[in-house]
Amino acid sequence: MVKFILVRILQAIPTLFLIATLTFFMTRMAPGGPFDSEKNIPDEIKEKLEAHFGLDKPLHEQFILYINNLLQGDLGPSFKYMGWDVSELIAKAFPVSAQLGILSLCIALLMGLPAGIIAALRKNSSYDYFLMISAMLGICLPTFVLGPLLILIFSSWLGWLPPLGWYSFSDMILPSLTLGLFYAAYIARLTRAGMLETLNQDYIRTARAKGASPIRVVLCHALKGGLLPVVTFLGPAFAGLISGSFIIESIFFIPGLGRFFVTAAFNRDYTMVLGTVLFYACLIIILNLVVDIIQASLDPKSRGR
Amino acid sequence: MSIENTKVQNLISSSTKSSSLWRDAWIRLRANRLAALSLFFFVLVSILTIIGPEIISTSYDEQDLNNTFAAPGSTHLFGTDNLGRDLFARVLHGGRISLAVGFLATAVSLIIGVAYGMTSGYLGGKMDALMMRIVDILYSLPFTIFVILLMVLFGRNFVLLFIAIGAVEWLTMARITRGQTLSLKQAEFIESARALGYSHKRILFRHILPNLIGPVIVYATLTVPAVMLLEAVLSFLGLGVQAPMSSWGSLIKEGSEKMDIAPWLIFFPGLFFSLTLLALNFLGDGLRDALDPKSAKD
Repeated sequence: MVKFILVRILQAIPTLFLIATLTFFMTRMAPGGPFDSEKNIPDEIKEKLEAHFGLDKPLHEQFILYINNLLQGDLGPSFKYMGWDVSELIAKAFPVSAQLGILSLCIALLMGLPAGIIAALRKNSSYDYFLMISAMLGICLPTFVLGPLLILIFSSWLGWLPPLGWYSFSDMILPSLTLGLFYAAYIARLTRAGMLETLNQDYIRTARAKGASPIRVVLCHALKGGLLPVVTFLGPAFAGLISGSFIIESIFFIPGLGRFFVTAAFNRDYTMVLGTVLFYACLIIILNLVVDIIQASLDPKSRGR
Repeated sequence: MSIENTKVQNLISSSTKSSSLWRDAWIRLRANRLAALSLFFFVLVSILTIIGPEIISTSYDEQDLNNTFAAPGSTHLFGTDNLGRDLFARVLHGGRISLAVGFLATAVSLIIGVAYGMTSGYLGGKMDALMMRIVDILYSLPFTIFVILLMVLFGRNFVLLFIAIGAVEWLTMARITRGQTLSLKQAEFIESARALGYSHKRILFRHILPNLIGPVIVYATLTVPAVMLLEAVLSFLGLGVQAPMSSWGSLIKEGSEKMDIAPWLIFFPGLFFSLTLLALNFLGDGLRDALDPKSAKD
């Protein structure tokens, strides 16, 4: 297991290097620069600014310098938020996005797992049909349709919840629900399929024959195997929650990292874009690793790989 | 008749036009009520969006400033927006763009994915390991972030949109094709083709490719809604098509900004978009069951 983790961490290094290189040259190749949009800025000052951030050097020197700083854990200063380091900005904005992501994931699991289990236990009943049709609707109703609709219903018409912001708990309900419902629907479908397969296994029949109560059979015997597809899905789900939060953050005006990232790209804030992309990449790699470890502990077969 | 038998027959009669595999699949698809309904709906929406804008009297960019935010009624079926543009015309025109993006980008991903996967699976050995390792690495890249970055940095460029989305979506296609090719390579009919001294090119294109079509079609049907969703996300972030052009994503964005005064502006594009995604997903599931009964769920 330790070897497996080590190998994966070593594999992540070239991936991260590739991402850094790609993003670096992509941002530099794009038309426009970080100080182009500022009006009424004399050429001398612009030159000074560019010299200050090392933008006057040849591209390959800038790249080597950036990678050098990166190896020392320095993401550099932001070009647009003067006096702020990129890592400080990420540390400020990420907790908001993380809160949104975790809340959404909780909603997704709390709604999706029971729905999937009930649908599997009552296969082909009206419960099953109702739950699975709702799940299909949940998958096909995109967040940017669902979000505004929820605002329309719960804020504009009913006036129960605030439509935007991120200050109190009531602000968090609508955004997390919007982001979470899609994953709840997906998890419900996966759980149903996984449970149906497991419930047909011999060891479930054995457990039933031994006289274990139906609840015990489901919770202690079937769930472990039935949840495998859900755990596999959690890896991509994390990545989706992260990129999905871009949309949610722009619908609900939440000051999270997704909004910072899009603004930074518009502003040609090179270091901020690079820093955010690398941060996201690390996050996804780590989360995927965690998912793989959980999977290995649930499924002995996948341990050898 | 078992699927293996039909496959063999399909191979024998590969020169003739109809093959029992496809006829069987068609019969199975029609028997699946949900999939048949989805197919019907999808064909209807396609026809509406392709010929609809040509035959209705109002154009998608025609403004009528005396008649802004008109509620849905007999003159404007879906109402009008803030500039008095007819929403029905805009939804049809937007659907045309959304579907075009969906299909073209899927085609891009299909060509890249199938070519890559087939090469990797057919070559096998170290080359295969290397090529799949590259796919694994690419899988771990935060691609949605890259697509967004690309669109922000280089502006709203239609060609770039296809390339960017195609580049994201080919990975899974490559994996599926590679797996199929690997198992097909072991099949007896490929062995006999080799024994007959056929060239690699002939074996790849005449013997392996036709047998890949089933899983590829199924996955392509599921890729189209994924691509449409990605395009809509980009449009929603303001990175998709430019006004006065519309796509379902950009209409939903406009609608969400004005939904307090005119809820129909988000309702109709949202309805069309969601129903089309739903139909394509059901159709994909149905096609999978129809083309490969072994994998049928439950």
